[in-house]
Amino acid sequence: MSSREFILNQIRQSCQTEHSEAPTLPLFHQNSVDIIERFKQSLIAMGGQIIEADPQDPYKFVKERIAESKVICSVVPEIQGNRHLTETTEPKELQDIDYGILRASFGVAETGSICLTEQDLFINTLGYLPQHLIIFLDPKQIVENLHDAYARPEWKQIHYAALHSGPSATADIEGVLIRGAQGVRSLSVLLIE
Amino acid sequence: MEVGLFIPCYMDALEPEVGISTLKLLERFDINVTYPFDQTCCGQPMTNTGCHTEAAETEKLFVKNFSQFDYIVMPSGSCTNQVRHHFDAIKQTDEVQHVRKNTYDLVEFLHDILKVEDFPWASFSHKVAIHYNCNALRGLRHASMSERREPFFSKPKDLLSKVKGIEFVDLERPDECCGFGGTFSVFEEGVSAKMGQDKVMDQHRSGAEYVISADSSCLMHQKGCAMRMGVDLKYAHIAQILNGDLS
Amino acid sequence: MSDLQQEVQPKGAKIKGNKPVNQLEAANRFIAASAHQQMHDQRLWDLRKKRDAQMHLIPEWEALRDLASDIKSHTLDHLADYLEEFERNAKANGVHVHWAKDAQESNDIITTILKERNAKSLVKSKSMLGEECMLRQHLEEEGITVIETDLGERIQQLDKEDPSHVVVPAVHKSRTDVSKVFVKTLNAEQGNNDVHYLAETQRETTRPYILNADAGMTGGNFLVAETGAVVVCTNEGNADLSANTPSLHIVTVGIEKMIPKMEHLAVFIRLLSRSALGSPITQYTSCFRGPRKGGEMHVVLVDNGRSTRLASQKFKAGLKCIRCGACMNTCPVFRRSGGLSYGSTYAGPIGLILSPTYNAHKYRNLPFASTLNGSCTNVCPVKINLHEQIFAWRETLADEKELSLSKRIIMTSLGKLFAHPKAYRMAVQTGDKVLSYLPHFIVYNQLNAWGRQRDIPQPPKETFHSWYAKNYMKKGKADE
Repeated sequence: MSSREFILNQIRQSCQTEHSEAPTLPLFHQNSVDIIERFKQSLIAMGGQIIEADPQDPYKFVKERIAESKVICSVVPEIQGNRHLTETTEPKELQDIDYGILRASFGVAETGSICLTEQDLFINTLGYLPQHLIIFLDPKQIVENLHDAYARPEWKQIHYAALHSGPSATADIEGVLIRGAQGVRSLSVLLIE
Repeated sequence: MEVGLFIPCYMDALEPEVGISTLKLLERFDINVTYPFDQTCCGQPMTNTGCHTEAAETEKLFVKNFSQFDYIVMPSGSCTNQVRHHFDAIKQTDEVQHVRKNTYDLVEFLHDILKVEDFPWASFSHKVAIHYNCNALRGLRHASMSERREPFFSKPKDLLSKVKGIEFVDLERPDECCGFGGTFSVFEEGVSAKMGQDKVMDQHRSGAEYVISADSSCLMHQKGCAMRMGVDLKYAHIAQILNGDLS
Repeated sequence: MSDLQQEVQPKGAKIKGNKPVNQLEAANRFIAASAHQQMHDQRLWDLRKKRDAQMHLIPEWEALRDLASDIKSHTLDHLADYLEEFERNAKANGVHVHWAKDAQESNDIITTILKERNAKSLVKSKSMLGEECMLRQHLEEEGITVIETDLGERIQQLDKEDPSHVVVPAVHKSRTDVSKVFVKTLNAEQGNNDVHYLAETQRETTRPYILNADAGMTGGNFLVAETGAVVVCTNEGNADLSANTPSLHIVTVGIEKMIPKMEHLAVFIRLLSRSALGSPITQYTSCFRGPRKGGEMHVVLVDNGRSTRLASQKFKAGLKCIRCGACMNTCPVFRRSGGLSYGSTYAGPIGLILSPTYNAHKYRNLPFASTLNGSCTNVCPVKINLHEQIFAWRETLADEKELSLSKRIIMTSLGKLFAHPKAYRMAVQTGDKVLSYLPHFIVYNQLNAWGRQRDIPQPPKETFHSWYAKNYMKKGKADE
């Protein structure tokens, strides 16, 4: 007998229960919530930053932010970077990037999270190897809570997607919080269509 | 109303005055209180050590002593929890079920059954910190617990609020276990004592003069720690306050 | 109180083969290192307070706990079906799915995958299952370099010590302890115990391993049957780096991590980090459904005793655990003993109930390292009845003759004494003189244990019993 059969048999012997349906869930919406405001507060609480859009040039503050940096990899058309990714780029080649700039599929107000799928990332390590990330997020794509987030279609369409909630962090030594553990040192969001 | 009084074994031997306060307090109300003479223990030391078989005869004796009463009342949340939730070593006869169902801790009995509104004979002008025995808190639900998202309530505090003069102070860790834990206090002495010392320091920092609890067992442990540490704190059972024996 | 940065870090339990672990001995050494013990207590209590604060922000908190518990119970009841569904969907996404009966088979499968691809180095994120199977040790013996990428886990790897906590593996160490380890192993600056410097040192020294590793490994917090997804929650980004940089990603995960659907995941993600660290969510919550372009992904589903445990009505609920560590943070015994005192992969309340399922003899003392206070049960996000299971384990151990002889002797004689009122009264008093100064279970045990750090209660003039006899029986009120 294969281990697979062995384990499944063992489980079936152990659980002699009647069939039941999986619990169904409410969405726990709070009607009064200002979703965009909540998103901003939650993101900041998680150590992320909000980049304001200048009325004249919405990308002004993004450009200022990256002006001094050497290697910029942008996969959004609005910003020109100097590192181009191709189908053959190896994931580890992204290790010297200072700023990664990309657009998230959606955001979550409850936790200040943004969802980056493999399509948003182009190469998955773009979410982790750069020193800093700048994320564009359409405010209309912010959902209220995690129940809404996991009802989104993306999770069934891709091989890889992650919720990023601020930059990487650790408090493993004496509980001292450090933003910028193994992944990015900062994550900033520009809310823009 | 026929009430059988159970006095926990450690209280009988070490803190008889709490038993006396309990009896006299109960006698103030319109009930008939009896102390069955053949009582010993609730069986908790054995049960909590996993020795249910060894607890069976003690449980039987308890049922024999108390099955004829309408209510069984004891000044201990911990022993009440044992009778109500852990009397499983014996066959669950009608008598056993009657005893389990009708056993109340003093606080519950005053608060939920007698619904006492006033203790005019008592006054206690001191700063008081309440200590919750864990079985009383999480087993009997004497009060809301900090682990759960639930509205605040506290039966001991409700009762004590009806005594003139009490000022309550809050602990930093209001419902952390003090480390008594029955046999834990001797089997795991080092950890038990450390927990007790930390509890005493929390009480001391709160500015309390008295620590009041519905369980003398925890208090005996805390008092032992406080005395050894040279911390000036007094410990009293809630029965002593409610009966006006301390002021 | 000694200074934390001067005090030497206490080590964990002494493991002697299959002999019962003496948790108390190690706990006493931890307490004796008072600065470490106090830091440990404060840090974990701080996590508990942050958890409480998060709880109060979520009106539906208790409803979420109920749901989480129900979803887990339901899934465990239908685990075989869900495992098959998961396998079907994962395979359809191009994932290789493996099944391992036990730790040995799991280690062998992983070794084979690595060797067939000539992989010499593996970067991994934290996995309690990996610890349970001693995977790292196994792979190292096979000549494969294994690098832990989580900071806390890396510290412990470099110090050749087990993690002391499921979420914060090095929580028992001071910054100076960490600095000493890094000086010795990572060539860090002597005497520089700045936490930022230490974290940066680990980041910079780990990154080359990540970039050049032949394979990456993660655990799994959840498996989603509906989509064949492996969900991994981390704060440092190390799991996503380990999984996405090398072309080979291996997941090792216990079969009990299953949930039915993506919608159910929301409940657990809402509870997990709030319960663990008091943060609304981990920085990264990642969903791996298939290999990346040009890559390969393997999932090893590990049983290692879980399918047998499912049959135990008493202890089955332990399988609902999502490894948040909230029960450890709240446990007053854990905070004062340190995680390494338990001498087992899983420590604290969850460790008390899981460890004896692996080896009842070796871990027979653990269920006694508890006051049965019940705080653990009430912080548990999936509502495992932890303190009731600890209580039940004591009975099971007694039934299996795994109770220490001294406990057995004391309890047998106490049981006899309490069953016989006359003998009992004789033991307690002669006339009005109280013979014992202490509760009987103490008299019959270790008088010294009480008195070592606590004053002994003053014996009263007479027992309640005698007082009652004197004052009531004469008045004809007695019941006899």
